[in-house]
Amino acid sequence: MTGSIPAVIVLEDGRVFHGESYGAQGTTIAEIVFNTGMTGYQETLTDPSYRGQIVVMTAPHIGNTGANAEDFESRRVWVEGYVVRDPARRSSNWRADRTLDELLRDEGVVGISGVDTRALTRHLRERGSMRAAISSETLDTDALVKQVNEAPQMTGSNFLADVTTSEAYVVPAVGEKRYTVAALDLGIKGMTPRRMAERGIEVHVLPATSTIDDVLAVDPDGVFVSNGPGDPATADGPVEVVRGVLERKIPFFGICLGNQILGRALGRGTYKLAYGHRGINQPVQDRTTGKVEVTAHNHGFAVDAPLDTDFETPFGPAHVTHVGLNDDVVEGLALREQPGFSVQYHPEAAAGPHDAAYLFDRFVETMSRSTTTPEGTV
Amino acid sequence: MPKRNDIESVLVIGSGPIVIGQACEFDYSGTQACRVLREEGIRVILVNSNPATIMTDPEFADATYVEPITPEFVEKVIATERPDALLPTLGGQTALNAAIALHDNGVLDKYGVELIGASVEAIEKGENREIFKEIVEGLPAEWGAEVAQSAICHSMEECLDAVGELGYPVVVRPSFTMGGSGSGLAYDEADLHRIAGNGLALSPTTEVLLEESILGWKEYELEVMRDKADNVVIVCSIENVDPVGVHTGDSITVAPAMTLTDVEYQRLRDISIGVIREVGVDTGGCNIQFAVDPENGRIVVIEMNPRVSRSSALASKATGFPIAKIAAKVAIGYTLDEIPNDITAETPASFEPTLDYVVVKVPRFAFEKFPAADATLTTHMKSVGEAMAIGRNFTEALQKALRSLERSGAEFDWTKEWVDLDKETLLAEIAVPHDARLKKVMDAIRAGATPDDVFEATGIDPWFVDQLMLINEVAQELIEAEELSPGLLRRAKRHGFSDSQLGRIRAMSADVVRGVRHALGVRPVYKTVDTCAAEFAAQTPYHYSSYDEETEVEPRERPAVLILGSGPNRIGQGIEFDYSCVHAALALSEAGYETVMVNCNPETVSTDYDTSDRLYFEPLTLEDVLEVVHAEQQAGPVAGVIVQLGGQTPLGLAAGLEAAEVPIVGTPPSAIDLAEERGAFGRVLEEAGLPAPKHGTATTFEGAKRVADEIGYPVLVRPSYVLGGRGMEIVYDEDALKSYIRTATEISPERPVLVDRFLDDAVEIDVDALYDGTELFLGGIMEHIEEAGVHSGDSACVLPPITLGQLEIDKIRASTEAIADGVGVRGLINIQFALSSDTLFVLEANPRASRTVPFVSKATATPLAKAAARLMLGESIAELRAAGVLPEGTDGGALPIEAPIAVKEAVMPFNRFRTYEGTYVDTVLGPEMRSTGEVMGIDAYYGAAYAKSQAGAQNGLPTSGKVFVSVANRDKRHMIFPVKRLADLGFEILATTGTAEVLRRNGVQATVLRKLHEGDTDGSARSTVVDKIHARDVQLIINTPHGITSGGSPRVDGYEIRTAAVAEGIPCITTVQGLAAAVQGIETQIAESIGVRSLQSWATSIGEGRSSLSSGGRVAARDERRIETTSVVGSVE
Repeated sequence: MTGSIPAVIVLEDGRVFHGESYGAQGTTIAEIVFNTGMTGYQETLTDPSYRGQIVVMTAPHIGNTGANAEDFESRRVWVEGYVVRDPARRSSNWRADRTLDELLRDEGVVGISGVDTRALTRHLRERGSMRAAISSETLDTDALVKQVNEAPQMTGSNFLADVTTSEAYVVPAVGEKRYTVAALDLGIKGMTPRRMAERGIEVHVLPATSTIDDVLAVDPDGVFVSNGPGDPATADGPVEVVRGVLERKIPFFGICLGNQILGRALGRGTYKLAYGHRGINQPVQDRTTGKVEVTAHNHGFAVDAPLDTDFETPFGPAHVTHVGLNDDVVEGLALREQPGFSVQYHPEAAAGPHDAAYLFDRFVETMSRSTTTPEGTV
Repeated sequence: MPKRNDIESVLVIGSGPIVIGQACEFDYSGTQACRVLREEGIRVILVNSNPATIMTDPEFADATYVEPITPEFVEKVIATERPDALLPTLGGQTALNAAIALHDNGVLDKYGVELIGASVEAIEKGENREIFKEIVEGLPAEWGAEVAQSAICHSMEECLDAVGELGYPVVVRPSFTMGGSGSGLAYDEADLHRIAGNGLALSPTTEVLLEESILGWKEYELEVMRDKADNVVIVCSIENVDPVGVHTGDSITVAPAMTLTDVEYQRLRDISIGVIREVGVDTGGCNIQFAVDPENGRIVVIEMNPRVSRSSALASKATGFPIAKIAAKVAIGYTLDEIPNDITAETPASFEPTLDYVVVKVPRFAFEKFPAADATLTTHMKSVGEAMAIGRNFTEALQKALRSLERSGAEFDWTKEWVDLDKETLLAEIAVPHDARLKKVMDAIRAGATPDDVFEATGIDPWFVDQLMLINEVAQELIEAEELSPGLLRRAKRHGFSDSQLGRIRAMSADVVRGVRHALGVRPVYKTVDTCAAEFAAQTPYHYSSYDEETEVEPRERPAVLILGSGPNRIGQGIEFDYSCVHAALALSEAGYETVMVNCNPETVSTDYDTSDRLYFEPLTLEDVLEVVHAEQQAGPVAGVIVQLGGQTPLGLAAGLEAAEVPIVGTPPSAIDLAEERGAFGRVLEEAGLPAPKHGTATTFEGAKRVADEIGYPVLVRPSYVLGGRGMEIVYDEDALKSYIRTATEISPERPVLVDRFLDDAVEIDVDALYDGTELFLGGIMEHIEEAGVHSGDSACVLPPITLGQLEIDKIRASTEAIADGVGVRGLINIQFALSSDTLFVLEANPRASRTVPFVSKATATPLAKAAARLMLGESIAELRAAGVLPEGTDGGALPIEAPIAVKEAVMPFNRFRTYEGTYVDTVLGPEMRSTGEVMGIDAYYGAAYAKSQAGAQNGLPTSGKVFVSVANRDKRHMIFPVKRLADLGFEILATTGTAEVLRRNGVQATVLRKLHEGDTDGSARSTVVDKIHARDVQLIINTPHGITSGGSPRVDGYEIRTAAVAEGIPCITTVQGLAAAVQGIETQIAESIGVRSLQSWATSIGEGRSSLSSGGRVAARDERRIETTSVVGSVE
């Protein structure tokens, strides 16, 4: 054992848990959320949607397979803090090139281990997500609580500038190129363009600040808006872009924040869930087929839309296509009369089950139907 | 898509007797299925020959047939009941095989019975290895699913050819056998002949698969559930600590998988879903096993079971997702999203459970019962039970699981000297998997082995080895610490150290450790198994302990009764005790108590969260039970703890609980002691004027010799405080006695050896009774079919007794009452008597539920365990009669003539154990219990009941063919008449010279066979009986052992004959009493077609018979008998 350094985690309502320092030492303050996935911690840590959040892992053993060069979902670790119960002392996997502890320290992520993560999770479930601080610098919990309460709230936060790419780049199609897609990067996970590329799509990943003209400049067969962190109510720029896309009837697909942005473009509001959906075991029903898929989720906000009736939008009627069966949250939207749909969860599934991968095929089909000059045979 | 409306009745097939590889997990799954189907308004018809199960309780099905699970008998049930559908996927391989047979012989078509849960095509696709291979290889290439390179062989020649390509070592797997029966790893040609030869014989299709060795790869199992809308979920992933090469049932396993990245896990998930779709398991569960190469992640799909399995039970308990229940619901048409998750009540079952704890399962072996057996672990399952533990981390769960085994030496121990073993020796030892390997791994770590050393030697993943190193580091801290500081104590507890382990390390008693711990406020909290890692609130109080911060035990109002279960199954303590515990929970719940179950066996009905109001999945040690009691006392009033239903395990805790001032309901611990302590019990018998065989106790050979000399040989010797006749032996002379004392390990002044007079030629009688302090209710009297000296658990018995007269029954009743009263029983008591030369000797009394309670309850249509639970909480027998729980004015000792004859037969695991030389272990019955399970044959007459018991047990009795007879001289006289009868019935009699001579003089012509050791002197090329057996040219073998046991070595004569019989599955009778019963059975089989009848129908007859008895007359009769018995008792000895 490395000599254990005491650490503490305090919540904005004053609840305190004591533990040991894990990863980098220091103090971090952010919104605290829990993730129930039993696998995929590396993908979780590197998911840009976790920007601005301390993540509690409900699975007790974290780090068993270490970290490897292949399972990064973006260029770096994004979580603001990491809470685990029993971190691995050694990693065991043929792909591992360092331990998770090393990765966290390399990336400067302040963590804490040895806390009753289940008690913490139950607290968040009952009281809702809130702000918290982890510190191995000071154990003065009163001072930390005060600091936490002075920190900004998640509602109203915008982290897009932090997570998006600074320059546009292209992910080439695997095999023969069939379509061009402009993908607005609001914190895109690496697996998403890969899933599209596998289907013959050349993906032009564009910065979050791109305008409709920037999008049109790549002459896309379809437009995609990615997942991302923060309050969707602050993402006005991307909403404008999506309206522009829909006005031109260009096929649209959105994931996660992309779903909320479609919702907003269609005139719906968004709201913050009490404690969100973060895990890889969430049942979602595709209402068009009745089939249930087990899906990966990471969202603290949701779209407010009627579940059982179509709703009118500037782009014609739309409807809720997917529903979370645990709590009836809107998990997917689609326009009735033009090609545009989105889901709140993660069909790219890294980490998580591949049940929803068909949505990428659906995107390809929409493009094949609306493209006048498809570059490949369908 | 709601429930199908076209199914009104369903036939459910159980799994029959408990055998290695197929245990009470199928009672759990079958019970769930029956419950679900009945809740849905479906008429449930059940066939299961195992009376010890909950599922065969009349209240769990509409028509319960305790009949052999053979195509013939199941067809009779179908003809009688005409079910719409047959659900074969919840009764293990037995049920699946029966369903396939009924399909193949056209019975299902003939009666229009639809197979639900899995189609014949799916079953065949899943089990036929060639088709399965095609399916796996046809999956999308990017998933990387492979099968091991292999060849299907139907003969030894084909095997030899195939191995030329595959190379040694090669894995041998017979098709269509259960629990990996007949499989093994062949390192050379001799191995191949032995293993593949046996495999070809065992496979119903004479088919074995030879495959490339993937020995040492990481092994995983995924539990999959699918509905008719093609929704598929993975319920659980399980990782084996022991890598490929050890049968999953014998491996230490962990849930969830610990050493997979998401990328790898999702590949296994994709493959699992792909396989279940391709195989076509439309509605229900299946499990798929994988091997993953630790070097590069290559994935080999080992096999799939298109049914609910042992792992499904484990996965259900590990996750809170009730696989069998959901499988039954999807089988009748529901889709997963229509089925609520019981635990959260608000979310649907169409999700994948996520765990915020670690589950560890460890197997329990019984090699001490088979000293000649090879204890190396292979792909052929050898364990008889398992314990599961839940902790917030692996170390906590592992150490809890090890102590749950309740076996001395199972826990890691830092006090023993190991320094004489060096690292290299230990690494060589752990390279071969065996039953106590993990402890040896710990020793190797203490000797300086690194995770990589251990991984090299064993293939155990370095992550697991590192966790063992962590445990060792904590132990070293404990050894070196000046004092047990609160911080260190807490750290040790978080890694699962028990008080007794800490005590050993710190040289203090466990009680002192507990005192210190409580003084420092270091106590466990109780977390909840909730399927969702706390994402949603749990409605089901299914708890486990952990040394963490926050407890989740809710306060309650109603008084609670804690029921202590029986722990892991072992020979001598199995499902029968779980039956009693479950009944107590049901009865006390009805009576208004809050029932709290404590148990650690994942296979059982008692550990279903549906059974009790609260479930604590905890080890049954004093420490763990006291903490549960404390937690429940904090939550509300506790009426008491029940210790007498779970067998010896909870009974052993009684004194400690009482010392800690825990209220124990029913028979008080002092009374339990009284019955177990020979001297005190002797005084009880003396006061009641009851004779016991002469006996004494000793702690040395000299002492034992003195007792034996006084009593006279033969004597029965055994350690005190045992269940299942552990270490019990019949000793015929002084040398054997010396050898016994030398080899008996646990002898001390607190644990002396008991020496009893052995009653030769006695009839043994078992009694189960209820006593409330004033009135006795005789549950049932069972007459053993084998002589005294064969352990009661291994002996067949019949109820009501078929050769006892009223006088003897009266004597039994009076003696039982005197003992129950003298001991101070409140609840159940089991007494064993031996009737020898008209004297009724008391062999032993156990003031607890016995192994036979479920059998007696079913044979007499009386819920004894339920009644016992209520007696323990203070009701009287009179009140229970008035409440309709017990019959008015009569009991199980006076059954009406309408009552059936029920025969219980033991099922032996001999075909599971091989010696180091590769032959089977001997099959002779003795005072040490070795059976794993039992069946019941029930019919109007003894012959038919006995024949059914044999058909249900393993090998049914023949109706024609050849009988081989070879008996010991002392048995020759008794053998003549039954053998003559067999000859009259048309059997050809074969015999050895001596036996043939006796038969010839009695007018029975017998063909003489050459004995094994006789040379082929006359050149006639006569074959030996062993040749004949292997050629299956003999249909019945009668072979009673000659000679005597001595210090654990088997009576060798006839050994080859009996083991050959085991190998070929030919019925082999080893006692003359068994022979007489068999002849009656054979006569009945020849004379008539044996029918089937449900327990509910028998219960109606018994009820009618009982009501026609006059209650007033009976009371008078009882009084008379009491007077009469007194005089009888006074006259003996």
